[in-house]
Amino acid sequence: MHPLRGAIALVGAADTAVGVVPEMGATQLCVDAARRALADAGIRKEQVDGLITCNSMAEPYMYHAEAIAEYLQIFPRVCISAATGGGTTFSVLHQAASAIVTGMCETVLITMADSLRSGLTREQAMKTQSSAGHAQFESPFGPTVPAFYALIARAHMTQFGTTPEQLAAVAVAARRHAQLNPAAQMREPITVADVLNSRLIADPLHLLDCSLVSDGGAAVVVTSAERARDFPHAPVYLLGVGEGHGHEHISQAHSLTCSAARESGARAYAMAGLGPADMDLAQLYDCFTPTVLIELEDLGFCPRGEGGRFVADGHIGPGGSLPVNTHGGLLSHCHPGNPGSMFALTETVVQLRHAAGARQVPGATTALVHAQGGIMSSHTTIILGRECK
Amino acid sequence: MTGHDGKNFPRPTRETLPFWEGCRSGELRLQHCGDCGRHQFYPRLMCSHCNSEALAWVRAGGTGTVSSFTVVRRPVSQAYAAETPYIVALIALTEGPTMMSNLVGCEPDDAAIGMAVEVVFEQWSQEITVPKFRPLHPRP
Repeated sequence: MHPLRGAIALVGAADTAVGVVPEMGATQLCVDAARRALADAGIRKEQVDGLITCNSMAEPYMYHAEAIAEYLQIFPRVCISAATGGGTTFSVLHQAASAIVTGMCETVLITMADSLRSGLTREQAMKTQSSAGHAQFESPFGPTVPAFYALIARAHMTQFGTTPEQLAAVAVAARRHAQLNPAAQMREPITVADVLNSRLIADPLHLLDCSLVSDGGAAVVVTSAERARDFPHAPVYLLGVGEGHGHEHISQAHSLTCSAARESGARAYAMAGLGPADMDLAQLYDCFTPTVLIELEDLGFCPRGEGGRFVADGHIGPGGSLPVNTHGGLLSHCHPGNPGSMFALTETVVQLRHAAGARQVPGATTALVHAQGGIMSSHTTIILGRECK
Repeated sequence: MTGHDGKNFPRPTRETLPFWEGCRSGELRLQHCGDCGRHQFYPRLMCSHCNSEALAWVRAGGTGTVSSFTVVRRPVSQAYAAETPYIVALIALTEGPTMMSNLVGCEPDDAAIGMAVEVVFEQWSQEITVPKFRPLHPRP
């Protein structure tokens, strides 16, 4: 059996207020998330001996994790800030698990936050938008982040007959989940027609095919499965993890319609000894609607090319055969940038504790969480369970 | 004013200069591997296929097909506002490599995956000329 399988557990998880939070800066949100997760785990900051963060765009530091440790006045044995885009959360969980199993440290705090909605200067916002893409061979042509994902959507439509209505169904399902989550930034009901009638940003993607721009942070506390039994909440165990890395720039992608999620998923399933049919719910990175279709296919939840039909048939909404993004996802819960997938992780912990209230997936025991960073570049798949089996 | 002020100008490096010098002289250039015979783009120190260092710059035919495209309705910055909406496309060059560019001389509704295109050059400054692509057989 793989040495990471069932060896570590999440024992604390918490979110800050999310959405529009102008009263707190990005550093404050990062520390607020940390404090909430420590309180949830019932431990003091002095018990943290590993700290992992990601940098903030609104309040960047040369060495972000060092800055957060200094602010908290903690003195960990392991202290790193990481950046693999939207997949950062899960790739650092992979690192944290390895650090615990190899004895580098015992108790890791992962905390991430940003204020993309309220905290960016105009200049920072412009720079953020323009910095996506290869500086010489993509950026000169004026691509925006939605445009990169629109290239993927268009290719999927042409190759498989996927329709704008099917893409819109991803956004509608996310909003239906968000309606059950009082913390979500956007809770007004929407229909497929609303998505299609929202303005085109980069064909075929409309405004409502695009995720939110938000403030917010979230944190988790991770420790060994052995120590996890001493914490107030039931532990949520890591059963599988795998990464896949395909490219950095979309113009270098070997395929537009399948991704390194195939490799990350296969590695996570193999470690867990489980498959897609074993998952009670999934949290899939939904920065734009087409990513969910490709992730559903690459992770084996439906055959290749059938993601659009799978979503339009109602499988991923509340009460569906595979509820996806039960908190509302990046499309409706919140998206503060690199920290975005942290909320998928904290939501999964809450679901597997059976503490999700109105949006609880009944009896959920096993969940898959997946994120990608870049433009479908860097992928990490995590499988979590109530039992370490 | 050149009409291109404020755009995301490429800054050639020692490694990429032959490509940009080619554009300035109206040539689309790729690296060609003397060992495995493949072309590659973007420029690299070695052949990304066979690891050979026997790379030479060659003039590409300048034709290819659209492998995907999008019509950008909200420009990346003000410098691109005058030409909005504009088409960002991935071009699969006849030699094999894919590059990102703009599709020009083509109405948004006429763009299609699989469309045959050819390179045209757009001068942005004394130093920088960028490669763009237009339909190879424009509709009458």
